[in-house]
This record gives sequence, structure tokens and C-alpha cells, in this order.
Amino acid sequence: MNIVVCIKQVPDTTDVKINPETNTLVRDGVASIINPFDMYAIEEALRIKEKVGGTITAITMGPPQAENALREAISLGVDDVILLSDRAFAGSDTWATSYTLAQGIKKLGKFDIILCGKQAIDGDTAQVGPGIAVQLDIPQIMFVKHIREINDTKIIAERMTEEGAEVIESSLPVMVSVVKEINTPRLPSLKGKMRSKKAEVIKWTAADLDVEEDCIGLNGSPTVVNKIFTPPQRSSGVVFEGEPEETVKKLYEAIKPVLGG
Amino acid sequence: MSIQVIEEKCVGCGACVRVCPFGAIEMVEKIAVINDKCTLCGACVDACKFDAIVMRIKHFERKDISAYKGVFVFCEQKDGKLQTISYEMLGEGRKLADQLGVELAGIVMGSNIKALATEIGERGADKIYIADAPELKYFLDEPYAKIMAKVIEEHKPEIVLTGATSIGRAFIPRVAAMLDTGLTADCTGLDICEETKMLLQTRPAFGGNIMATILCQHYRPQMATVRHKVMKEAPLQKGRKAEIVNIDLTKNKKVLTSRTKFIDAVLEEMHTVNIAEADIIVSGGRGLGGPENFKLIEELAQALGGAVGASRAAVDSDWIPYSHQVGQTGKTVCPKVYVACGISGAIQHLIGMQSADTIIAINKDPNAPIFKVANYGIVGDLFDIVPRLTKMLRKEIAV
Repeated sequence: MNIVVCIKQVPDTTDVKINPETNTLVRDGVASIINPFDMYAIEEALRIKEKVGGTITAITMGPPQAENALREAISLGVDDVILLSDRAFAGSDTWATSYTLAQGIKKLGKFDIILCGKQAIDGDTAQVGPGIAVQLDIPQIMFVKHIREINDTKIIAERMTEEGAEVIESSLPVMVSVVKEINTPRLPSLKGKMRSKKAEVIKWTAADLDVEEDCIGLNGSPTVVNKIFTPPQRSSGVVFEGEPEETVKKLYEAIKPVLGG
Repeated sequence: MSIQVIEEKCVGCGACVRVCPFGAIEMVEKIAVINDKCTLCGACVDACKFDAIVMRIKHFERKDISAYKGVFVFCEQKDGKLQTISYEMLGEGRKLADQLGVELAGIVMGSNIKALATEIGERGADKIYIADAPELKYFLDEPYAKIMAKVIEEHKPEIVLTGATSIGRAFIPRVAAMLDTGLTADCTGLDICEETKMLLQTRPAFGGNIMATILCQHYRPQMATVRHKVMKEAPLQKGRKAEIVNIDLTKNKKVLTSRTKFIDAVLEEMHTVNIAEADIIVSGGRGLGGPENFKLIEELAQALGGAVGASRAAVDSDWIPYSHQVGQTGKTVCPKVYVACGISGAIQHLIGMQSADTIIAINKDPNAPIFKVANYGIVGDLFDIVPRLTKMLRKEIAV
């Protein structure tokens, strides 16, 4: 089975701090990580491969340093990795990102299942997976929490909803996005780490892909950022300290109007 | 397309470095240098007082967008029941349509759902498009997307709103991709620009650390998914009439075909209610010490008529199912009241709940970050405080 995993390198939010003077994000020295949701996609790819056999290719679009994320994917057990990197891709919104990744996957050739994390933690859009599915004209199952069955022709998966889950069957090839509940990602193996240092990262630029100039990067992005601002910070409120009997009473009096009582 | 620093104009003030949300600008010998991390967001262009940063965008021939008029709202229903998110979007859609002086239309899909038209009309829609077929009994991405795209292509609305739910966020990105137009995810604010009449779509990014206003300038419709519980519900106006249009699904049966099929639904046994829908949430964290102590949280939630949430630490320790997790890798919630018990308030948790109207924190550590966002807090032992609070609430409510 040909398994493709789409991943994204994102800033590690545990490190993100707000500069209190300028109210902007301090990104100096912030480490980059594989988007946490994509870790579950990689793990699921490994489990599918262990079950039915096949090859796993991880693909990402990003600046040259995104290569580190791909090397990490190799250390976890991914077979091949592809980096789509070009200044011409900068400024891509979800439409242009979906288009570019889909062109990369088309160049790759064969695919039976494409896995994505539910969303990236920096953009939180969850739109690129369905976008790729449309560009490749394949069906999709979004927000999957469990794969019940997968073979060469079909997949049965549970997708998370507000009330629980829906069990959906799909033909292959298919796009599947996954949520955290689906698995617990493994740690890289020593062998994997060794391999990740030497493994080849295939790099494709815009010239290597069959892409239209007006479909990539900022030019190919229907949406543009008009303004970026920091939300008004929540100011600290009233904190009660002391004897529980007193503090609970004070809190109750304070919140009474909020509770509408 | 490119961004450039005009070196002669750059005075090295560093204003651009400070505003760049991506850390993509460095000062090299007192001149700003933009590196590969740049996403062309343009924040630096606006911040530079010396016009030293310019962005050149090559303009391709654009579609004629003047034919697009009106506001469309996707009205989500489950088992023949309109979801509350639909009321919120009809309320917001009405506001936008009135600002533009155009019509508001609702679209609803399902099986045997014609009766919903009355309700959608009474919630403010001028026109209702109905796709009713046995094949639409359960939500499936492909038919929903194809029908939506067909209706949009035929009637050309300038704005399309969909709820940011497990249904909306699954199928509407397909529609945007099919129509080659822009889609802004999970908006918390929508407005019309007075000058250009364009839709200003505001959404949190980086988990709410920054806000971005997004425009879809040259393509139509302008599409957005809208976060649940942020917009005001449209009031019910009994007897209000609207035009009903049945979408003809017989001419082109292909719109109903799907490569996925619905097998079954698994309903999770909920302790109380769905946290995404709840007006009040009481959450427990590591401070609870064990699964058995979630009982305290449940009791307080019951006394308040709210739902039970949890921090990642509690979920990862298997004290409570993942569907209760609030935060970055769980759910983003915006209830009216959020009570955090024994949750220190790591940034990943704050991201998921800091837009609650009122936050109440109970924690033994006075320096816990949760107190920085809390409107009210008690420093103390939750095992002592939570039961007292529950008792007091029960007593007062009973009176």
C-alpha cells in the first residue's frame, strides 16, 4: 500500500511567549516541531504499514529548514521524504497550499491513503486535507479517531463528531485526517535516528512541479491577511485567599450575577 | 510577488522586527533583512514609518465578481433538528445582509426536512433552498459539497457562512476548493468594510495569541466558517414568511453519489452535556490526583447545570475520555462561565478556554498561570473548596 503523510513544521507553542511591551509573540529561539496532530498521522501510517505492508512517504511544503521535520519523520520509521520548497510558495493560503501539495503528490505518482493531522496548531484551519482531496479528486474521512479496518480496496473508520463518532466506509484512494485519540505516537528508534542523518531528502521547487504561476504562493491565494493584531489581554481579576469558608462565600457572592441567580 | 527592503530608506529602527509574528526579520548592520520564515503577511509593511518595506504583488486577470450578490448560510441539521449554530449564523448573516442591503438565504440538506423551512424563515432568512433526498439522510462529505457548490454556482452569493463544526469544517473546504475561492476558518468576528463592501473576517491564530483579519479580495464568494457560541442567535419571529426553493436533484443524479458511505453512529455516553455546546463548563486537571475525584467536578457541574471538561494532563492519565479535553489538542470552548479546578493553566490549556466570558479558577498555587486569565479565583485546596461551593450553590438554588 502506498501511504502518504502530509506534515507541517510549526513553532513549539510551549515556547511561545508574549512580549508584554509590544504584545507580540517572541519567536526568537523558539524551537520548531512537527505539528503535534501530524505525529498521530505518522504513527497511524506506521501502524497501517505494519498491518498491510507498503511504503510511507512524508511530504511537506515549507522553508528549507522544514527539512528537519522530515528527518524526524524518518527517525520514526517513514521511508521516503519530500520537501516542497521555493520562495514562490511563500504566502500560500490553504487553497494554494492544497494545490501545491497535491501537485507534489501527483508527481510522486501512486497513493492509496493520504494521512493528515486534524489541523496545524499555528493556523488551526483544518482546510488543507479536504483541499488536497478535491485537487486529487478523492473522497475523504475527516477527524478520524479509529481505523477499524483497512485493506487494498476499502477503509472503515470512526470519525469524531460532537456527539460521539460516525462509522464511515470509503473506497481507496482516500484522504484521512486524524485526531489525537487515534493512537499514542512512538518514540524514534536508535536505528531510525541513524537513518535520518543519512537519508536523502528529495527537494522539489516550483520548477520541478507541474504548477501554474498564478496558483502558487501569494498569487494563488484567494485570501490575504489584511491586519494582524494582538487580542486585548485579559486582565487579572479578583483572587480570594484565606479560610475556605470565607473564600467560597466571597466567590459565591461575586459570581452570583454571572450565574444569573 | 515579493517583499523587499529598500536599503536606502531603512533606518534600522527595528519596528518591523517587533511586529513580525513569524520572527522572519533580522537586523544586519542596522538594515532589516527578511528571511525564509516570511509568509508575506504584510505586518511589517504597515509598521514601517519610512516606507522602506514594499510588497509587490503581480496581478493576474481576475474573474468578474460583480455578479455575486447576497448572503448564504448553511443551516446544519441533525435528525431533522436544526442545530443552534444555524441560528447563530442566521443572526450574523442577517446583520451582514442588512449592512449590504441584500438578501439572506439559508440552505438546508437532509431527508424529509421540508418542515425546517418555516423555522429558518422565522429565524430571518428571506429565501430557503432545500435539498431533500433519501441519500442525504446522513451527512456525507461529497454529496453535501457537490450540492452546495451547485447552488452557489447557480445563485452567486457574495458571502457564504458555515458553522465550524465537525460537519461544516469537513465539507465546506471541499466546496471552496471546487469553486477556486477563499475560505477563512473558524471566524470569531465578521463585518463589512464600509469602503470596499468586502467581508472582514477576523479569526484567532496561534491558538488565540494573535488575531488576524482576512480578506478575500478577488474571488467570490467570500467564504467563512464561524465558531460556535460566538455570534448572537437570530431571534424567532413567529409567522415570518420566506420564499422556499426546492433544489432539483433529479436532473443531475451525480450530485448525490458518494464514494464514502455511512455505516453507523456511535453515541458517547456523556457525563452531562457536550462541552462545545455548554454555557457553563467545570474542568478538572492534574490537581484532582485521580479519576475517582472527577466526581467532585461532576457534582459542581451538575449544581451549575454545566458540562464537565478536563485538562490534557487528566485525559492523558486516562482519568476521563478525550472528548472532554479542553485545549490545543482537544476542544476550543467559549462558554459563558468556565471553572478550572486544579488546572495550573499551561498555555495549551489557556488557548482552548481563554475566550470564555467569565473564568473562575481554584488552585492551591497562587502563582499558577490560570489566575492571570481568571476573573475570579480562590487560592486553596480544591478538595475543601469545590464541595463547599457545590453545597452552597445547591442550597441557594433550592431557595
